[in-house]
Amino acid sequence: MKPFSFSKSDKVSKALSAKKEAVQFLAGGTNLVDLMKKNIAVPDGLIDITAVLSDKVEAQSGSTRIGAMVRNSALATDPQILAKNPLVAKAVLAGASPQIRNMASTAGNLLQRTRCPYFYETSTPCNKRKPGSGCSALHGEQRMSAIIGYNDACVAVHPSDLCIALAALGASVNVTDKGNKQLVIPFKDFHKLPESTPDLDNHLPKDAIITSVDIPDNPFNKHFAYVKLRDRDSYAFALVSVAAALDLDGTRIKEARLASGGVAHKPWRWQKAEQYLKGKEANAATFHAAAAIVADEVKPLPGNGFKKVMLMGAIETALQHCLTA
Amino acid sequence: MNGKNYYSRRFFLKTSGALAALAAIPATVKSFYMDAKRLIIPPRQKQPLIVKVNKQTHKLDVDTRTTLLDLLREDLHLTGTKKGCDHGQCGACTVHVNGERVLSCLTLAATLPGKEVTTIEGLADGDQLHPMQAAFLECDGFQCGYCTPGQIMSAVACVKEGHTKSVAEIKEFMSGNLCRCGAYNGIVASIQKVAK
Ligand SMILES: Cc1cc2nc3c(=O)[nH]c(=O)nc-3n(C[C@H](O)[C@H](O)[C@H](O)COP(=O)(O)OP(=O)(O)OC[C@H]3O[C@@H](n4cnc5c(N)ncnc54)[C@H](O)[C@@H]3O)c2cc1C
Ligand code: FES
Ligand code: FES
Repeated sequence: MKPFSFSKSDKVSKALSAKKEAVQFLAGGTNLVDLMKKNIAVPDGLIDITAVLSDKVEAQSGSTRIGAMVRNSALATDPQILAKNPLVAKAVLAGASPQIRNMASTAGNLLQRTRCPYFYETSTPCNKRKPGSGCSALHGEQRMSAIIGYNDACVAVHPSDLCIALAALGASVNVTDKGNKQLVIPFKDFHKLPESTPDLDNHLPKDAIITSVDIPDNPFNKHFAYVKLRDRDSYAFALVSVAAALDLDGTRIKEARLASGGVAHKPWRWQKAEQYLKGKEANAATFHAAAAIVADEVKPLPGNGFKKVMLMGAIETALQHCLTA
Repeated sequence: MNGKNYYSRRFFLKTSGALAALAAIPATVKSFYMDAKRLIIPPRQKQPLIVKVNKQTHKLDVDTRTTLLDLLREDLHLTGTKKGCDHGQCGACTVHVNGERVLSCLTLAATLPGKEVTTIEGLADGDQLHPMQAAFLECDGFQCGYCTPGQIMSAVACVKEGHTKSVAEIKEFMSGNLCRCGAYNGIVASIQKVAK
């Protein structure tokens, strides 16, 4: 690990004025410290921001606000989250381990880097780690790679579970930039596709800080499910995951939400399938048709064709679970 | 074994290894290496640090890169906490910070002032084992024992959090602790015993 300076900030404005490209914010450290040990992140300095940001979940008019420092474990057990956005709790509990969830922050979860094996193996080319060096996964091991939204520059996926629920529920990210200006970034525009800059995972302005995440009030707290398929039952990243939620009028679907992890460079919303589900009867045939719409959209790589079949199954299962949950 | 001439196996290994290595390196090679190192590698940054571990306060001067795990093992000689993967993937390094289970390998020591750390060495009450330690002995909660300190720290938290309503729930909430010997059934039994 490269030597670095360490300071603890007590105010957002102070943290921002100390922030430079080579100086990084430290929240739970579960991703950053790991990447520093591997010399993938090589900051000159760290600013501990755990004391400057809110660690509370608060009701706003029309939304629920999650402070950037709310730990994943606290988020999953928060009474307001369980009452109004239980899908978020489900997704969080499907991720990492109790120890990591005790450390990991909400903002850190949004900003965690990919788990593509080539990103972690510093002896191999990787455009995300070293721009211009090439993508090893494009012709390599693709079990963990994308099946939609990728290009020749990068086939990595975003590894978060929490973000899939936030994408499904149409959340937004509250940010303060280096000049102390406050911005609101809709969740769908927060993470980005690889484009020609796969080294950038998202549209967070340079040196800006995430202060909180808002989830608009929604009718999706009764019929929801999070299905995560992975190499072992727990404590593993998703091969594919599905967040599903239905607003039902009897057996008719008023509105549906469907999003996936493990499939793309960003949390992915299946909007065509959501459109299809609207107004339909909630039954196995409808769910199968929605999964088929998704299956038509994806383009697996030569090494991960299995993900398409797996995803169809996960979507049908998640939608079924919405009826029984 | 408690006489004043007692040296531990760990002390012997450390000192004899270091002496042998020193003797083998000619002084010129060593000074050249030190010069080159100063040129290439940025100097380490040290900070004074006050930490409370197992109810004892320690004042130290540590490299900012030091993790809690290395601080415990290398600086405080509390070697009960184990290094498995050093990357958050095995749970062997689990300790409690402010009563919550966390991974010491991903916790920077510099973040600790004002917090209380409890390790496996701080669990027993004198010679009286913590109920979870006793349960692990009784229920065969370990084989080689390497993952055990992490398992026990995690298990104590698992009971405190109330995640013990079924075997499935215990397994899910203990999934952050891997055991290469596969002592999982004994671990679950130990937790059930204490949770009762
Ligand atoms: C073994 C293992 C398994 C895991 N499994 C899963 C899983 O299954 N599902 C899942 O979703 N996650 C998983 N994770 C990832 C984990 O959830 C993330 O590492 C964690 O959420 C990151 O949060 P943190 O607070 O520790 O971030 P840090 O590591 O402290 O920071 C991450 C990045 O975010 C930046 N940052 C942090 N807070 C802010 C802020 N407020 N404003 C601006 N920048 C900020 C930091 O500068 C850094 O670049 C796993 C991690 C490990 C180690
Ligand atoms: S040593 Fe910390 S999790 Fe493996
Ligand atoms: S007892 Fe050997 S690793 Fe768990």
